[in-house]
Amino acid sequence: MRMIQPDFRIVIDQDRCRKCGRCVFNCGFGALEFKEKPIPSHEKCVGCHRCVSFCPENAITVELNPLAFRPNAHWTPFLIKSIYKQAESGGILLTSMGNDKPYPILNDYLLLDACQVTNPSIDPLREPMELRTYLGRRPEKLEFEKTNGNWRLKASALNTVKVEVPILFAPMSYGSISYNAFKALCLAAKELDTLMYTGEGGLPKELYPYGDHIIIQVASGRFGVQPEYLNVGVGTQIKIGQGAKPGIGGHLPGEKIPKHISETRMIPEGTDALSPAPQHDIYSIEDLRMLIYALKEATGYKPVCVKIAAVHNVAAIASGILRAGADQVYIDGFRGGTGAAPYITRDHLGIPIEIAVAVVDQRLREEGIRHLGTIIAAGSVRCAADAVKLIALGADAVAIGTAALVSMGCHICQKCHTGNCSWGIATQRQELVRRLDPEWAAERLVNLVRGWEHEIKDVMGAMGINALESLRGNRERLRGLGLDSETLKTLGVKPVGAAMG
Amino acid sequence: MHNRKDYDWEIRNPSGCGITSLMSAKKNLFRGNLAVRSLDNMRERGNGLGAGYAGYGIYPEHREHYALHLMYEYEDARQSTENFLSQDFKIFDEEPIPTRPVRGIDRAPVFHRYFVLPKEQALGTNISEAAADEFVVSRVTEINTRIEAAFVVSSGKNMGVFKGVGFPIEIGEFFRLDEYQGYCWIGHSRFPTNTPGWWGGAHPFTMLDTAIVHNGEISSYGINRRYIEMFGYRCTMMTDSEAIAYLFDFLHRKQKVPLELIPAVFSSEFWNNIDRMEEKEKELHQTIRQVYGSALLNGPFAIVVGHREGMFGLSDRVKLRPMIAARKDDVLYIASEEAAIREICPEVDSVWMPRAGEMVAGFYEGASQ
Repeated sequence: MRMIQPDFRIVIDQDRCRKCGRCVFNCGFGALEFKEKPIPSHEKCVGCHRCVSFCPENAITVELNPLAFRPNAHWTPFLIKSIYKQAESGGILLTSMGNDKPYPILNDYLLLDACQVTNPSIDPLREPMELRTYLGRRPEKLEFEKTNGNWRLKASALNTVKVEVPILFAPMSYGSISYNAFKALCLAAKELDTLMYTGEGGLPKELYPYGDHIIIQVASGRFGVQPEYLNVGVGTQIKIGQGAKPGIGGHLPGEKIPKHISETRMIPEGTDALSPAPQHDIYSIEDLRMLIYALKEATGYKPVCVKIAAVHNVAAIASGILRAGADQVYIDGFRGGTGAAPYITRDHLGIPIEIAVAVVDQRLREEGIRHLGTIIAAGSVRCAADAVKLIALGADAVAIGTAALVSMGCHICQKCHTGNCSWGIATQRQELVRRLDPEWAAERLVNLVRGWEHEIKDVMGAMGINALESLRGNRERLRGLGLDSETLKTLGVKPVGAAMG
Repeated sequence: MHNRKDYDWEIRNPSGCGITSLMSAKKNLFRGNLAVRSLDNMRERGNGLGAGYAGYGIYPEHREHYALHLMYEYEDARQSTENFLSQDFKIFDEEPIPTRPVRGIDRAPVFHRYFVLPKEQALGTNISEAAADEFVVSRVTEINTRIEAAFVVSSGKNMGVFKGVGFPIEIGEFFRLDEYQGYCWIGHSRFPTNTPGWWGGAHPFTMLDTAIVHNGEISSYGINRRYIEMFGYRCTMMTDSEAIAYLFDFLHRKQKVPLELIPAVFSSEFWNNIDRMEEKEKELHQTIRQVYGSALLNGPFAIVVGHREGMFGLSDRVKLRPMIAARKDDVLYIASEEAAIREICPEVDSVWMPRAGEMVAGFYEGASQ
C-alpha cells in the first residue's frame, strides 16, 4: 500500500519517442528509467521540466496527477498529504523556495502614476534617465569651503557603494546553490556594476577577484569567516534573519557538503550545516552594535549591512539597527526564498515586504533618521514593477534571489533541500553542477536585469522623473486598488481616484 | 470666498503659471505696480484663479522686526492667532493690511499684519538671530497647522507677500501695491489646473525672508514633502510650490548649503556629467546628490526665489518650463517671457535664456553671499 500518491504524472508519447534516453539522463531525481523505452516513476517527479526541455521530439508532458479528493474547502489535499507524511516520519516537513500560499500579494494591488499635460513625461529613449544609486550611510550635514573661488567639501563625507542599477543579487549561500550558479552571480554583478551578497556559505578563493561587487555575509554559523574573506568585499552583512524562516538559522543538509563546500565553509565534509537560530553573541541591540563595530574595525570601516526578516515589529527593529551603527538595513519579506526550510516557518511567519518597507521607511522618517541609511528590500521581487513599487514605498534598492535563479533555469519545483536540482543550480552533485555553464547563466542574469532596467526607465519616464532618488519614497505616485483602508494607511498610499495631495 | 475646509484637504493643486521679478543690487526702490504691469503683459499664462507678489524693502521703518502677514478665513481665527502671538512675541505694531474694493473680488479673507520680535523669555538661553529665526519658523508652522483658518502669508523682515484669487492686476489693485516701494519684487500669475482658487494657494510661498514663485509641477513632490516634513516643516497650502520654499529654507539657512550650490541639489547635474568632472568637483556633486537626493526637484519648474541676500532664478535639470533673464544697470529681471521684462524695461543692457539647471543670481551690494 502507498499512502502518498505522486504529485505529477510524466506522460510520454511513445509514438514520438525515439528512445534517445536524454530524458533519463537529465532527470536529477531518478524519475525516469530506460528499459527499451523511458519508463517514468511518477512519485519521484518534482515537475522541474528538465526532461521536457531536453526531449528533442517534444514527446514528454508533465501534468498534475488528477487525483480527486472529495472536495473540501477546509481539508485541502496538501493538508491531508502532510498529515500522511508526518504520521509516517514523525518529523518536520521540509520544503524550499518561497512561501507558495495564496496570501494577497500587495504589489498586485498597487498602481503607478503617469504624466498627462500638466507635467510632461520624459522619453527615456531620447533623454537621460538615471538609475544609479549609492548604498550606505550619509552624514547629517555637509561642510563646505571656498577654495580658489569654488565651493568644495571641507572633507570627504561618504563611505558608500555605487550601483548602476537598483537591483542586487540576494544572499544565496555557496552550498545551497552550486559553484557554477554562484559564479554566475559574481560575473553578472560585475558586468551590471551592481552587487551580490554571498550568503552565509563563504566565498571560494578563486572568486575573490570579484570582491568589488560582493558584500560578505557573517551569519550565525560563521561559516567561512576569516579575515581575508571579510576584507575581500565592499562591505559586510550581518544576517539576523531570512524572510523564508525568520527566527531560525540556515539549513544545509550534509548531502550538499562535499569537499569544496567543506573547505570554503571550514567544516567537515558531509556534516549537516545547521546554523544556530540566533547569533549567539547577539542577544540584544547593544550586542548587535558590538558586532557591527567589530566588523568595521576588522574591515577598515567598510559599510555594514544588517539583514532581518520582515516581522511584526520590523519598524522599531530597523530603527534600532540604524542607530546601532549599521549603514544598510536589508529587509527580507515573508515570501523570500530559501534552500531549505520547514513548511511551518516558510508559510506562516513574517509579513509582506511591501508592508515592511512602508512601516520601516515611515518610522525612520518620524524619527528623523531615514536619510542617514539605506534600505534594501527583498523577498520575492518578481518583476520590474515590483521593484518600482518597493522603491516608491521607500526602499533604496531591491535584491532578487528567486528571480535570479529562474533566469538560470530554475522552475521553482521547491526541492532545493534534496540537492538533486536537475538544472545544476541548487545541487552539489558534480554531474548536475556541470550542466550549468556560468557564462551562459551570467548572460541570462545580465539580460534579465537589463530588461528590468529598461522597464523601470520607461515607467519613471512616464512619471516624469529622471533620477531614481525622485522615485524613492515617492508614494504619491502609487495608488491602491481594492485595498482596505487600514492597509492603505499602513502603506501610506491613497486609494485609486484620489488626486495628488 | 472659498475656505480651505471647503476642499478635500488632501488635494494638491498643480498649476501652470507666469512669473516675473526685478531686483536692484543698489537697493533702488520701485513701486509695486511695476511687477503688476509686467505680469499683466502675460495674461494668457494665468486664468484669474491666483496671483501674488512679494516686495522686499517695503517696511524700512520696521526693518528689524519680523513682518507677519496673516490671512484669516474668518474673524474668529484672528482672535485665537493674536492670543497665540502675544504669548511669545513682542508686537511693535499691527494693523489690517490696507485693501481697496476691486470689481471681481467680492469675498476676500481678512488680512492683517504684525511687526514682531520673539520675547526674550521665549528664546530661553539662546538669544541670537539664528535662534530667533528658528523660533519664528516653528511658530509659523504651528499657526499653519494648529490654528483653524489662520495662515501665515509671509514672515520675513522688511518684506511682505500679497496674494489672492484674481488676475494679477486685480490683486495688485486690491492690495494697493502702487503705494509700496521696494528694491525687489517677485510676482506670479496662476493657472491652476484642478481646484478652484484658494487664497492661501496663490504664490509666492514663504518662510522667513524666503519667497518663492514657481511655474511648474514637481513630479517628485511626494518624496520632497516627506523629506522636508522629517525636519519639522509641514506642507499645509495644498500645492507643491510650498515645499520648495521650505526646502530652500532648510538647505540654505539650516544646512548652510551655499547659494551657488543650491542648483546642485534642486536641479542636480546628471551622473554622466559628474563622472567627467575634476576630482574635487566630482566628489562635491556626488556627495550632494547622495546626501540631498530627496530634495532634488524633479519635473518641470522655473522658480524665482527672493531671499535675504538677493534673488535667484532656476529651472529644472532639463528645462521643461520657460525662464528668461535680463539686466539693466544694477537691476536683474527674471521672467517667464521676454515680453514681461520689456513691458517694464524696454531698453535692457542684456537679455539671455539661461540653460537648464543654470542659476541666475543677483545679490545686494555688500550682501554676504
